[in-house]
Amino acid sequence: MSTYPVFSPASSLAQPITDLTRLTFWLGLGVFLIVALVLGYFMWRYRHRGADGEPGQVFGNTTDEVSWIVAAVLLVAFLLFMTVRVAAASSPATDTRTPDIYVVAHQWYWEFRTPDGAASSGELHIPAGQRVLLDLTSTDVIHDFSAPQLARKIDVIPGQHNRLWIEAAQPGTFSGVCNEFCGPEHAWMRFVVIAEPLAEYRAHQAVQAAAAALPSASNASAVRGAQVFGRVQCGACHQVRGQPSAFPHSGAVGPDLTHFASRRILAGGVLTNTPEHLRQWLRNTQDIKPGARMPTLPLSESEISDLSSYLEALK
Amino acid sequence: MSQRAPAFPKTSARRPSAVWKVLTSTDHKSIGLTYMGVAAVFLVLGGLEALVMRLQLAVPGNRLLAGETYDRFLTMHGTTMIFFVLLPLLLGFTNYLLPLQIGARDMAFPRMNAFSLWLLVGGGLLLYLSPLTGAPSQGWFSYAPLSETPFTPQRGVDLWSAALIVGGYGTTLTAVNVLVTGARLRMRGMLYKRLPMFAWMSWINGFIILFALPCLTAVLLMLEVDRLLGAGLFTRGDPVLWQHYFWLFGHPEIYLLILPAWGLISEIIPVFSRKPIFGYEFVAWSTVAIAFLSFAVYAHHMFAVGLGWPVELAFGTTSMLIAIPTGIKVFNWLATMWKGSVRYTLPMLYAAAFIVQFTFGGVSGVTFAVVPIDWQLTDTYYVVAHFHYVLFGGSLFAVLAGLHYLYPKFTGRFLDERLGRWGFWLNVIGFNGVFLVQHLLGLMGMPRRVYTYPDLPGWGALNLFSTVSGFVLGVGLLLLLVNLIRSRTHGRLAGRDPWNGWTLEWLTDSPPQEGNFSQLPPLHSRRPLWDLKHPDDMDHVRPRRHDKNGHIREEERGHQ
Ligand code: HEM
Ligand SMILES: [Cu+2]
Repeated sequence: MSTYPVFSPASSLAQPITDLTRLTFWLGLGVFLIVALVLGYFMWRYRHRGADGEPGQVFGNTTDEVSWIVAAVLLVAFLLFMTVRVAAASSPATDTRTPDIYVVAHQWYWEFRTPDGAASSGELHIPAGQRVLLDLTSTDVIHDFSAPQLARKIDVIPGQHNRLWIEAAQPGTFSGVCNEFCGPEHAWMRFVVIAEPLAEYRAHQAVQAAAAALPSASNASAVRGAQVFGRVQCGACHQVRGQPSAFPHSGAVGPDLTHFASRRILAGGVLTNTPEHLRQWLRNTQDIKPGARMPTLPLSESEISDLSSYLEALK
Repeated sequence: MSQRAPAFPKTSARRPSAVWKVLTSTDHKSIGLTYMGVAAVFLVLGGLEALVMRLQLAVPGNRLLAGETYDRFLTMHGTTMIFFVLLPLLLGFTNYLLPLQIGARDMAFPRMNAFSLWLLVGGGLLLYLSPLTGAPSQGWFSYAPLSETPFTPQRGVDLWSAALIVGGYGTTLTAVNVLVTGARLRMRGMLYKRLPMFAWMSWINGFIILFALPCLTAVLLMLEVDRLLGAGLFTRGDPVLWQHYFWLFGHPEIYLLILPAWGLISEIIPVFSRKPIFGYEFVAWSTVAIAFLSFAVYAHHMFAVGLGWPVELAFGTTSMLIAIPTGIKVFNWLATMWKGSVRYTLPMLYAAAFIVQFTFGGVSGVTFAVVPIDWQLTDTYYVVAHFHYVLFGGSLFAVLAGLHYLYPKFTGRFLDERLGRWGFWLNVIGFNGVFLVQHLLGLMGMPRRVYTYPDLPGWGALNLFSTVSGFVLGVGLLLLLVNLIRSRTHGRLAGRDPWNGWTLEWLTDSPPQEGNFSQLPPLHSRRPLWDLKHPDDMDHVRPRRHDKNGHIREEERGHQ
């Protein structure tokens, strides 16, 4: 993760944009400096020095006008040419094949699904060194998928499926964020992209696609936690694939928790995923993320600690 | 001696109070000043909202305005500043100055003019009543479907729409008034090609308003059909449709907030450089080009939507094209100062700051027209920095220049110089302090419209700097307010023509008498007062030849 993601591209898709941005900035700075310096010079050189009468009355000069219009036209034409070139390189046409990953935006977290059934939130895994095709849609309002080091940004619109190529040239961790105002918790709709060598990526995906392991009997707290999970009906909103049907899940309101413990951030990045933070989240959901579509649930301290043991066992 | 009894006995008639006069006046000058007064009140409100937001953003993880509360401030601030501060300020100047500059007694439809003003005030009241039913929190751009009932249920959104519809009708009617006034009420000899630059630009602006505002009204009605009648135009229909309508209004809106401001600058720079505007025809026609193009660039607000490359290329091209006529203006302003005799008055200082800041904002605007850069930077703080540079550093600074320039005409007195200079420097430092660093925040990836942000390297420090500068700016504007109020009674007397101006408004009293002029001079050129002051060197006597040599007049007379 770098301070200026726009200037530290990590992909062949973002690189051309960075180059173009640099170029445009220098040209723009040049134009600005010309104007500012000429202004400063004229203000100083032609300041009133106490003389009477009026200076010579000059009404204009067509040659001057034409010359700066031509200069402006040339500059614009050049930028336009660069625009066309870079656009093709940084946002190549997407094809109609099955996408590699389905991105579903929710108020206010990101869900990433693969065709093999894996689901995660807040954390997007991709194989390094290859272009990955995303299909993006939203369940509620318009969001925007932005991982500036890896690709251009694109809006995520309910009822539409935008497609986007992303790529990380090398393995690494990159931050991403929602970039379209989507309501009160727009600030906490971040995600991380983790690019891994292909073998690691495949291993990770295999684990993610599998169902959750039941808590082992030796972990009494986790076993109790699973019962609390059923009793307070977390499953009304959250899915834990492979859990006994005593906890039916009816929808995808909240993030899939099947492999919860393997993830790095909680609730769109408002907290990092540690057991302590999880307990805070369960205790004070609406304080931590006011407006989040999850209520602060009436849980006792022991229930919270059991739930935490249970969720932390979902590797 | 005739002994006719007065029709209304004087003894019983009470003199109407000053407030009553303002409320009932149909005089364009009173209406213009009322617009500005109303805008000042809203500026205080919108400014306080901004300061509260800056307080919230001062440090990462702050809890002053969490979540939706922040969004309510954000929405009120944006809506207030665009529709109830900048717009009325510019309409105020247009109302006050247009008839004076063209030698008219009033606007074409004085009663409709008053009606427009009070519609706008009514809109502002509706907006500030909305907190009673839950202040709107969907943002001033109000994107569907976020603005629909399931996501933003409070009635404040409906009041917000009503506010803009009502105020919008007022503005549309003003445009009609401006267009008819400019077309029909010019004095004898005031040909279109002789219109003072401000009159020309605010007249052209009438066309932009007339065609742009109905798009907003239409789309707000569609939103209400959704919200109140459950039609689902933007939910079951197309959520992106909102953006097309909104920006088809919204982008011309940006230009209609700058045209009269350019007009003011195009008056001020010549007067304080003691030279006519350089390249009048170029400045004038570039305005027309901009008016047309402003309707053809709107989708550059939507480059991230995924419209498809051909559409994006088309709008990227027009957006770059519009930079050309804009650049022409800047260069002509500079050339006006060339070989002039520059006076460092407060209006001129503000105009100079305008040029620097507006150019900066214009240049960062061009970076968005380069479509791939927009794909990276749109909806980050870089955008916030950009549009504040054009709207605040540009429009509002031009308005401040105009205010210092015309205050003697409005009141007959100068603004206090010392207070004015303090205000100027605080405003310049404060403004640039707030917004310059936001370019960096955007490049660092900070999204706009967030109530808080993670504690990443540099984010906290830059935001704190921005907040502190915000208070400097607040003090600067406060000094200006004090100056405006104090100088009305304490200011140095100004007389009719304190700046040695050239356009007709400087011919009449300060403040102008009822009906504006008792007598108008014959008009042969763009600078009637120059002609009066230099009978041996009148503009129209001069051969129509453009020459760079400043001493041309002497030579030409020698040849005759
Ligand atoms: C005690 C039962 C529950 C537990 C243990 C639980 C746990 C969690 C956890 C750990 C997260 C963070 C997930 C992540 O970042 O990937 C979360 C987020 C979320 N939960 Fe729950 N949850 C419970 C009940 C509910 C219920 C009943 C709802 C629906 C009304 C709900 C809706 C959500 C939503 C919408 C989020 C995403 C919030 C955001 O990021 O804005 N949860 N929950
Ligand atoms: Cu979002």
